[in-house]
Amino acid sequence: MSTDELPEHPDWLWSSPEPKRSYDVVIVGGGGHGLATAYYLAKNHGITNIAVLEKGWLAGGNMARNTTIIRSNYLWDESAGIYEHSLKLWEGLEEDLGYPILFSQRGVLNLAHSMQDVRESVRRVNANRLNGVDAEWLGPEEVKEVCPIVNVSPDVRYPVLGATYQPRAGIAKHDYVAWGFARAAAAMGVDLIEHCEVTGIDVVDGRVRAVQTTRGRIAAGKVALCAAGHSSVVGRMAGVELPVQSHPLQALVSELLEPVHPTVVMSNAVHVYVSQAHKGELVMGAGIDAYNSYRQRGAFHIIEQQMAAALELFPIFARAHVLRTWGGVVDVSPDASPVVGLTPVDDLYVNCGWGTGGFKATPGVGWCYAHTIAHGEPHPLNAAFSLERFTTGALVDEHGAAAVAH
Amino acid sequence: MLLIPCPWCGPRDEAEFHYGGQAHVVYPDNPAALSDTEWARYLFFRDNPKGPFAERWSHVAGCRRWFNVVRDTATNEIHAVYRVGETGPVNA
Ligand SMILES: Cc1cc2nc3c(=O)[nH]c(=O)nc-3n(C[C@H](O)[C@H](O)[C@H](O)COP(=O)(O)OP(=O)(O)OC[C@H]3O[C@@H](n4cnc5c(N)ncnc54)[C@H](O)[C@@H]3O)c2cc1C
Repeated sequence: MSTDELPEHPDWLWSSPEPKRSYDVVIVGGGGHGLATAYYLAKNHGITNIAVLEKGWLAGGNMARNTTIIRSNYLWDESAGIYEHSLKLWEGLEEDLGYPILFSQRGVLNLAHSMQDVRESVRRVNANRLNGVDAEWLGPEEVKEVCPIVNVSPDVRYPVLGATYQPRAGIAKHDYVAWGFARAAAAMGVDLIEHCEVTGIDVVDGRVRAVQTTRGRIAAGKVALCAAGHSSVVGRMAGVELPVQSHPLQALVSELLEPVHPTVVMSNAVHVYVSQAHKGELVMGAGIDAYNSYRQRGAFHIIEQQMAAALELFPIFARAHVLRTWGGVVDVSPDASPVVGLTPVDDLYVNCGWGTGGFKATPGVGWCYAHTIAHGEPHPLNAAFSLERFTTGALVDEHGAAAVAH
Repeated sequence: MLLIPCPWCGPRDEAEFHYGGQAHVVYPDNPAALSDTEWARYLFFRDNPKGPFAERWSHVAGCRRWFNVVRDTATNEIHAVYRVGETGPVNA
């Protein structure tokens, strides 16, 4: 087929300007968080002289690789605050962005397989309710009512003893979310600059002045890091050490199947989580690969273990085929909570440590981080997620609720 | 899957090993004398380079011994393996 037979390219959702010599705010990383931060800086704070610098293409990192689970049923008040704020924003996001994002509130079940799981789950349900987060404790029969294909028989290695249920949880289409934020931010004057890698950060007298990039030096009033798996690398450019470790995290999809799975099911103990995408693929993920790596791939035995776990929970999947597996690089923090706030360098801000679970936070963190950048001090909802908490000891330990992988 | 050359047993599949994170992190001589910042650094901060990284592995399904590996985290290529107590390559 010759090129003149190709259909017209559809309209671009954003323009691709040449970088200017300077900006009020430079955001490093054009994933979901960078784009949402730019959007709320423009929309809520009237700051539009912004560049989002992305070394690859927009949302080609974890934003395009995650399994899109959205929920807010975390244990501690601090987490409930920011994740529930985010979930409320998701509920109005399609209208706000004027762009379809296929947000589907189909609920999430977090299964309990041991008495310890049961105790922790019931505790978390109670904590959620006190924080205004919708949560219920379901017994095995009720689990089956919500998701008929889960095997709740007692004669398996890890029987289902019950589950927490958050009906307002769900999934969305991650690339549409990124495009929606990108389009709306660009329309307000934000420069989205792809294929522009930040290679250095200029700090003079303890204050950030500019970034060095593969497309030249760009002066900046403020610099906001949003580099997810590469946070340690960009942090070091400014002499800022961050308490995160980068690991591969894998996921997979089956071929397209008839709708069989009406909700999202996660299991900490058997180490798998499953939903069914709008198109019909089963989407599954597991835990991180154990070692540090910046390679966007992991080991096959992790996939095998994850399939074994999925089959025990869902015997109906026995004949399904794996269509595709992939990996991203996630920035894991010591307490399974993010770091969002100021750094020891003036006018340099950090957002990292979301690890395996930051997609759900995209609008919420964009909102709070934009406030932090605009005011030079944290929004009340991210104040607890400071870098100092590792010195003061005020950790926000979410290893229980962060679950298998997100 | 990584193929890891255990210094005692030879090359084996990654699934036989347990990961131990950054190597050569020394327990402070006198923890009580550290400031909060120094203690936080010891507890919560580890190197996370994109490039050569000295790390510990344990051959749990084999000789059950800990040893050190220098692996490039950008490529996963293993550059060196050495036993506990041995000196690793410079700049590891
Ligand atoms: C397999 C997998 C499954 C997941 N499942 C879920 C889930 O179900 N629910 C959930 O809530 N979360 C999930 N996550 C986590 C979630 O994807 C991340 O926490 C979130 O996407 C991180 O924010 P981001 O979108 O901004 O990251 P990214 O999209 O990774 O954005 C960071 C960007 O920074 C760019 N960058 C890095 N260095 C530089 C530089 N020097 N210069 C310029 N640009 C740079 C990168 O190229 C990248 O595009 C999952 C992650 C993975 C990998």
